[in-house]
Amino acid sequence: MAITDDVLVVGGGLAACTAALSAAETGARVRLLAHKKSTLRQASGLVDVLGYAGGDGPFAEPYDGLDALSDDHPYHVVGEDGIRDGLRLFDEAVGDAYQGGHTDANALVMTHGGTMKPTARYPESVAPGLASSSGDMLLVGFESLTDFDAPVAADHLAAANVPFSVRGVTVEFPKSFRSDAKVTRFAKALDRDESVSGGTVRSDLADAIAAELDGETRVGFPAMLGDDHDDEVRDELADRLGVPVFEVPTGPPSLLGLKLEDMLFDALDEAGVRISTGNPAVDFETEDGRIETVIVDQKHRMTPYEADQIVLATGGLVGKGLDSDREHITEPVFGCHVPHPEDRYDWSEPEAFGDHAFARFGVVPDDELRPTDEDGAVQFENLRAAGGVVGGADVAREKSASGVSLATGAVAGRLAGEEATQ
Amino acid sequence: MNKSPSVLVIGGGSTGTGIARDLAMRGLDVTLVEKGNLTHGTTGRMHGLLHSGGRYAVSDQASAKECIVENRVLRRIAGHCVEMTGGLFVQRPEDSDEYFEKKLAGCRECGIPAEVLSAEEAREIEPYLATDIKRAIKVPDGAVDPFRLCVSNAASAVEHGARVETHSEVTDVLVEDGEVVGVEVTHQSGTGPYVHGKPGEVEEIYADYVVNATGAWAGQIGDLAGVDVEVRPSKGVMTIMNTRQVDTVVNRCRPKGDADIIVPHETTCILGTTDEEVEDPEDYPEEGWEVDLMIETLSELVPMLEDARTIRSFWGVRPLYEPPGTGTEDPTDITREFFLLDHADRDDLPGMTSIVGGKLTTYRMMAEKISDHVCEKLDVEAECRTADEPLPGSEDFSVLRDYMEDFGLRSPIGRRSVQRLGSRADDVLNSIDPNPVVCECEAVTRAEIHDALDTAGTDLNSVRIQTRASMGNCQGAICCHRMANELAPEYDEDIVRSSLDDLYQERWKGERHAMWGEQLSQSALKHMLHATTMNRDEDPAASDDALDFAAFDDGNQSEGGSASDGSSGGAVADGGRVSTADDTGGADGDN
Ligand SMILES: Cc1cc2nc3c(=O)[nH]c(=O)nc-3n(C[C@H](O)[C@H](O)[C@H](O)COP(=O)(O)OP(=O)(O)OC[C@H]3O[C@@H](n4cnc5c(N)ncnc54)[C@H](O)[C@@H]3O)c2cc1C
Ligand SMILES: Cc1cc2nc3c(=O)[nH]c(=O)nc-3n(C[C@H](O)[C@H](O)[C@H](O)COP(=O)(O)OP(=O)(O)OC[C@H]3O[C@@H](n4cnc5c(N)ncnc54)[C@H](O)[C@@H]3O)c2cc1C
Repeated sequence: MAITDDVLVVGGGLAACTAALSAAETGARVRLLAHKKSTLRQASGLVDVLGYAGGDGPFAEPYDGLDALSDDHPYHVVGEDGIRDGLRLFDEAVGDAYQGGHTDANALVMTHGGTMKPTARYPESVAPGLASSSGDMLLVGFESLTDFDAPVAADHLAAANVPFSVRGVTVEFPKSFRSDAKVTRFAKALDRDESVSGGTVRSDLADAIAAELDGETRVGFPAMLGDDHDDEVRDELADRLGVPVFEVPTGPPSLLGLKLEDMLFDALDEAGVRISTGNPAVDFETEDGRIETVIVDQKHRMTPYEADQIVLATGGLVGKGLDSDREHITEPVFGCHVPHPEDRYDWSEPEAFGDHAFARFGVVPDDELRPTDEDGAVQFENLRAAGGVVGGADVAREKSASGVSLATGAVAGRLAGEEATQ
Repeated sequence: MNKSPSVLVIGGGSTGTGIARDLAMRGLDVTLVEKGNLTHGTTGRMHGLLHSGGRYAVSDQASAKECIVENRVLRRIAGHCVEMTGGLFVQRPEDSDEYFEKKLAGCRECGIPAEVLSAEEAREIEPYLATDIKRAIKVPDGAVDPFRLCVSNAASAVEHGARVETHSEVTDVLVEDGEVVGVEVTHQSGTGPYVHGKPGEVEEIYADYVVNATGAWAGQIGDLAGVDVEVRPSKGVMTIMNTRQVDTVVNRCRPKGDADIIVPHETTCILGTTDEEVEDPEDYPEEGWEVDLMIETLSELVPMLEDARTIRSFWGVRPLYEPPGTGTEDPTDITREFFLLDHADRDDLPGMTSIVGGKLTTYRMMAEKISDHVCEKLDVEAECRTADEPLPGSEDFSVLRDYMEDFGLRSPIGRRSVQRLGSRADDVLNSIDPNPVVCECEAVTRAEIHDALDTAGTDLNSVRIQTRASMGNCQGAICCHRMANELAPEYDEDIVRSSLDDLYQERWKGERHAMWGEQLSQSALKHMLHATTMNRDEDPAASDDALDFAAFDDGNQSEGGSASDGSSGGAVADGGRVSTADDTGGADGDN
């Protein structure tokens, strides 16, 4: 017998979670069906809404840039209200763990590459380190973590004329690990405050940095200050140093991204969303232009999931919501139309940071976020799309990745929920 | 004491570095100049096959015999650059029996060990061979790393007193009284290793003899000296796969053709190639159909290639030469032999010889011949020792190490490092502590990066070719910036940044030829990491416009509290950028 829900959200990333939360708000019975972990483990954990558009930016407020976006941008489908609704759902889901909700302005957050970027929401642990806030800064890097070089990052920030002085030091982590140890191993050592000769990891680290501190009023680390006990780690270091400490978001494996993922799944639980993970949606059955069942491959057993409304939130090229071969770009679950140039050499530009067509690949939504076919007709009456699978935005260059997922997720989820509970 | 005669070698490919080593070992005063980094030319863009000679056993037996001799020499002197994978010439049902028999006989005539295998036996060695193959001939083909080979030759030359200048282009050949007496060199960033931002410099280098080893560019040096060198550059494509679908060199057993060899190389295997004449060795079309041809034709031998993931493609240009008046139409018919052109005999211009043609496999023999020639010209009597003395890294490479114990590295990382470094592993890996992994795909640690930096200056592409860092599946997505970080503190942040930009762009170029399927997803991830996470595309430090920091969220600092109140904050509606140019700021205002 098929499993039946009002709304079935296919996907497990930021867009899917937001869509599920939004649908649940309408009173619908919602299920989230996720194959694998989402791209959040690779993501910085920041929530960008819009920083650049039409050759302009960084925008002090994301809403400043909406007019500069091309007509087919998903933000024009959901409008400013959609964006605000997405942020509201996000703020409610993560509570105090994130900041930035007190204002419409973007913050400038430093990246582990030493640049800054405009972002709308940032983890609490990142907040003291904003480049758009004052206070002289000491950045700390570790000999054995090659991803973040604190002196280079500090000089890079200084080269952008930040309104405070910034200095970087490289220290040895109090405990040594094997040569390919990742940040997660460092975080664990701080979490457990593992003992080392003469003390513990936290106290030794604080001592090493105290010796370097020269009047700076905040101290930044790559995001590795604990995992399960991160508050405790930061508090203890801040206490011992007498100044606030902060984290600089990093690349994969990103602890900040992983923590965000956990928070979102907790919020789904709380909202009563049913969650099925570990298996992909692979096929579907239709009747009269509506999707009746979604078929899930449970270790080669094909299981039908029935729902009144479906939200497709399987991600873009990175999340595997889009697939390709030498000639075609496809949306593999429902076969939605994905426009693309015929010659694959037109999918990308020779300049590494050029205006790549692939960055904007995705399904073409109608004004209710329903994917359309070549002729602009709605493909399935009860299917909506959200997040990376929706085309039209170069989220990387715009700095709009999470914002697009939140906004389209909020709107697609709400419409699906309303439709199903009518 | 007499000063030893001086020789200037132009070209830092396998031929030029081989000559520099040979002459330096014979006691001559050698300077080598190369306009890019070492292997910048054809040597860095070849297929990586250490020929057994089997390929030429029917069509060009002289070359085949040279190959098998040098194949044995290189195993001896360059063990750390060679992997003896063995090779197969595979016959498909549609390939002629007659040619198969000719190949077998040819190998035997040239002294190339050859053994016939049934289809079953061949598939036992290479399980992914097509099920309908007929049979195969097994030969001692191998894989050779051209980068390591060149770098070791140059290192050995330097050990024997040579001066090696990279990023130094010959911009004129100095001719006095009808004789070549030296060259004018334009150093891109002064003498010594390349450093971003360091100003260029022109130097005139006089020498008793000049050797033009510029391969496909030999005609251009000829032009500077006023002589004709008729190279016929011919391009070939190679497509790199994400893993080793085969562990043996797989050749198609039929008369020469396109897309007929698969070479396993380090963590990848490389499909190749084509043969098409081009006008300019540096500017020729690189097209998608060539990549498609590799995949489609070679999947006749190994069907799984059809759907496998490729990580990039690249093209190289053969420095083919034919004596004036030969007039061969099809470049595949041009001989693979090498030619020594003494411009004194040929053009009445003493003081310079050009060497063109040949193969990487026979580079040492070519170098020996030309070094003999130069010594004769300069009246030097000295024996060639390059066939017997191992290259740096290949000395005493017989003792297998306990990698983990010795270097504190996990064994897969240690094994890869030791394979690359050979007998230098001890020195290099023990030089830095802690020694974290920088490139995860290829297991390259900080110590190896720093070892390469000794000669690379700030040229990260040179580090890449020496270490393989950024050459694996992720094509530098995870490690480009880590490699750049290793330049500090020796170099300043702006130099770190420029070096990173150069490496990132170089990686992107070749990746574009593999952008579909999983690799397109990989490229999209890379774009996200570098543009989204790091905002490298809109780096405020690289912009001339000053940022109005006060227009942005200050974390509610002005309110003195933590964020909670939805109404406060330092928001302004007019964009955060203070324009210094005639920027209209078209996106201002609310919506
Ligand atoms: C490297 C990187 C860095 C980033 N940095 C930032 C940043 O700094 N700021 C920012 O705002 N955003 C950032 N993002 C963007 C953000 O993390 C999300 O990628 C984006 O919002 C898209 O989310 P999504 O939910 O649409 O897709 P994804 O996160 O890709 O999730 C797709 C989900 O769908 C599932 N799925 C796919 N196919 C199926 C199927 N057939 N059946 C069931 N489930 C399926 C996948 O398993 C996955 O769980 C970054 C992303 C990446 C990749
Ligand atoms: C597609 C292809 C596949 C191949 N596969 C194989 C194979 O599998 N096995 C094999 O044995 N051989 C192979 N070869 C052949 C082999 O790669 C070449 O024969 C060999 O690398 C040539 O080396 P070289 O040093 O003569 O030339 P190059 O490597 O081209 O060196 C010449 C150098 O001169 C430099 N130069 C040019 N102009 C100037 C100037 N004005 N001033 C200073 N420097 C200058 C260039 O930058 C260049 O680095 C292949 C060739 C091609 C094209």
